[in-house]
Amino acid sequence: MPAFPREHHRTSRIPPEGVALTRDDRPNPSASAVQKLRLRYAKRGPLRFTSHRDVARAFERALRRARVPMAYSQGFNPHPKVSWIGASPTGVASEAEYVEIQLVEVLEPDELVRVLDAAMPPGLDLLEAVGVPVGTGGEALADRMEASRWRIEIPGVASDTLKAAWEGLVAAEVVEVERLTKHGMRTIDARSAIVTGWVEDDPVVSPSTTQPGPCGILVVVVRQLTPAVRPDDVLSALRVVAALEPPVPAKATRMAQGRLDDSGGLSDPLAPDRAARASACG
Amino acid sequence: MSAESVFPRLEPLLPRVSKPVQYVGGELNSTVKDWDATTVRWALMYPDAYEVGLPNQGVMILYEVLNELPDVLAERTYAVWPDLEALMREHGVPQFTVDAHRPLGAFDLLGVSFSTELGYTNLLTALDLGGIPLHAVDRTDEHPIVIAGGHAAFNPEPIADFVDAAVLGDGEEAVLEITDLVRTWKQEGRPGGRDELLTRLAETGGVYVPKFYDVTFDDAGALNPVTPNRDRVPATVAKRTTMDLDAWPYPKQPLVPLAESVHERMSVEIFRGCTRGCRFCQAGMITRPVRERSIQGIGEMVHRGLEASGFEEVGLLSLSSADHSEIAEVTKGLADRYEGTNTGLSLPSTRVDAFNIDLANELSRNGRRSGLTFAPEGGSERIRRVINKTVSEADLIRTVSAAYANGWRQVKLYFMCGLPTETDDDVLQIAAMAQEVIRAGRKASGRKDIRCTISIGGFVPKPHTPFQWAPQCDPDTVDSRLRKLREAVNSDRGLGRNIGMRYHDGKPSLIEGLLSRGDRRVGRVIERVWREGGRFDGWSEHFSYERWTTAAAAELEPLGVNIGWFTTRERTEDEVLPWDHLDSGLDKGWLWDDWQDALSEQELDDCRWTPCFDCGVCPAMGTDIEIGPTGRKLLPLTPV
Repeated sequence: MPAFPREHHRTSRIPPEGVALTRDDRPNPSASAVQKLRLRYAKRGPLRFTSHRDVARAFERALRRARVPMAYSQGFNPHPKVSWIGASPTGVASEAEYVEIQLVEVLEPDELVRVLDAAMPPGLDLLEAVGVPVGTGGEALADRMEASRWRIEIPGVASDTLKAAWEGLVAAEVVEVERLTKHGMRTIDARSAIVTGWVEDDPVVSPSTTQPGPCGILVVVVRQLTPAVRPDDVLSALRVVAALEPPVPAKATRMAQGRLDDSGGLSDPLAPDRAARASACG
Repeated sequence: MSAESVFPRLEPLLPRVSKPVQYVGGELNSTVKDWDATTVRWALMYPDAYEVGLPNQGVMILYEVLNELPDVLAERTYAVWPDLEALMREHGVPQFTVDAHRPLGAFDLLGVSFSTELGYTNLLTALDLGGIPLHAVDRTDEHPIVIAGGHAAFNPEPIADFVDAAVLGDGEEAVLEITDLVRTWKQEGRPGGRDELLTRLAETGGVYVPKFYDVTFDDAGALNPVTPNRDRVPATVAKRTTMDLDAWPYPKQPLVPLAESVHERMSVEIFRGCTRGCRFCQAGMITRPVRERSIQGIGEMVHRGLEASGFEEVGLLSLSSADHSEIAEVTKGLADRYEGTNTGLSLPSTRVDAFNIDLANELSRNGRRSGLTFAPEGGSERIRRVINKTVSEADLIRTVSAAYANGWRQVKLYFMCGLPTETDDDVLQIAAMAQEVIRAGRKASGRKDIRCTISIGGFVPKPHTPFQWAPQCDPDTVDSRLRKLREAVNSDRGLGRNIGMRYHDGKPSLIEGLLSRGDRRVGRVIERVWREGGRFDGWSEHFSYERWTTAAAAELEPLGVNIGWFTTRERTEDEVLPWDHLDSGLDKGWLWDDWQDALSEQELDDCRWTPCFDCGVCPAMGTDIEIGPTGRKLLPLTPV
């Protein structure tokens, strides 16, 4: 039974803003990591236009501003120990992005969420954190990310039109779409990655002021394959099978990531860590 | 014009452009104020791409100084790339600020900071997209007052038709005084309209309003003396100088972008001004005298800025950072303070004769050991005497040898090509110097894998420098010398493979020369180039030499002048220069004498350490040199 090692370490408090650390009470960044935290964050509103590199830079700066006692890699050019698990594409919002960090002191996960979220730019919002033991192996978080559920708002397209196009897509066995990659144009099959999906029934008024009128909303669960099939590819597939041409760009949001169950649902990827922690604490 | 956010109209365009994050704002430490709760509203523009403009210290300082006033609002705007420009035109979206996405036309003032003349066409794009008439004379009370600042504003004549006003020198206090005048004028009910406001600004003697000055030419095309054309307007306009930098600790809250920018670090200006007297250097001439920030002022700014930004590198900025009177104490104090925090320190601009290995070791103690960069500027001792960059090759070799011996692997050297009196031989000696650096470095380090990169820029004579009279070297000569230099570098294969060479061809420099020393006639060329698609002229992939030369021929030749008249022609002592009525404090007679000294290869010392050479700035501006040493220490950071 892996024990959550907090009783062996002082739980440090992050100093309030404006309080400088002296050299003596500053955590030693070259110490070895004593805690690993898995975090979920959201990418919202205009900040959906950030690229993964933008997010990574903003996150590392927020760690410094919040004085999180990060562990650093060794060597000539030390880096804070941060591991990214996937990343939604530039232009796509998300409620379910994940990252792992390693610390040289043990922090209460809720405390970390509070302090780090305050240091992050509004729109990159830290949602939850779970501590996991360091160095005991265990299951990698990335292995729990089998599929994503996306919500795609398509202003200017009525639900009925969208529904018809969607039915055409799921009826097909293979739908090849083209995408520009670093290695030039390549063709991928968008259909095989699609697990399930539906068009939301309630009529929704378009949030876009430039495109008043209906706004179709497609929810789609897509398996994470290589190369990844992204919301844009699903939209391309709708164009291929049903000539669906949205008048303005659609807005996509990743709602969840996790392991697939038999009915196309997704399990919370942090749930096993939360359960392990609960049982360790008795 | 309504100040309502254009973001709902902009947002659908963003998925279709490159790097959309640069247009969404939301930078850490940015400010969005309630429009209706403010009286005076500034839009501040850096007329280049966001990634270049965001880290600009000038804009960042003014943005914060203005936003600290409760009834004043300042927002930022940058040049949009052509992909977004096309979509904005198609969908009728105006030029906007990134803070609250308000249209440019809604502001009272548009302040534009020109570090380089190559941003002029981008100003026209922003005005046009913003619905602001390109020509100042066509603007009404409904339009913002367009004010140019930055180093290029020391000769704003080429853009005189497009700006309402220009401010020379330091902006901190100038923007506050302009704000006061605008506030009063608005509160009085805008008496006399736009022209009265401009007259009140001109009356201060510190704001240049081009349309209040008549510019005429004689039959040969030469400029007549420039004179005011109405009462209350002074004959000359003086630059602004902010004294006591410790009283202006800006930026206090550095802007931290989400997008990647050209400077991924926090900057602290450790002093302003430089009196080394390099004759090519406009910055060193127009920012006199030297004003140091104290060691404690620096320590406080670094501390606050790191807290507020989360940056992991601090750049200690100035025109020649190792010349700060307490640079050793500053760097050691900061390296001690941030030991073990992975916080790097850098001195972006250092002279080889002010540099030493102790300094280098302090800089690299907590961060990465990046390359060292020095700027000998000229290849031969002779040309360095001409330009008054009095560093010796022996100093350079000694310093780089020590650097290589202490673990550095890479040294970068900056040079110029096309300097006054330059010959092929002066340029070829750059190769000899680089080879000597490699030889000495191999000996000092005992390794073969060291590198030296030489980077060569074309020289552009600038206003308010001793070289303002000099003939600019033509692009063909520059290109031919660079070709010969490359051959010389490669002539010794054993050394040459450790030497990298970077340069641009001489053509953009000639256009920069036209814009730098041009008069009001050059405005027509800028407008024509812009109408024909000229954008982002500082970027080689967008710059078109042919577009500029064709436009210049069409617009200038009917007036009896041409590009050569403005660039490669040597000017005479009695000639009226387009910026003679704009006072940088430098005595024109002193500049001429210094130009003559250059031609006879006479060096001049630095007035910080030897007596005054009467450049004229301090008495003309009522300023004085402000330097240490203070003898004080960096304050330790105390825990609460």
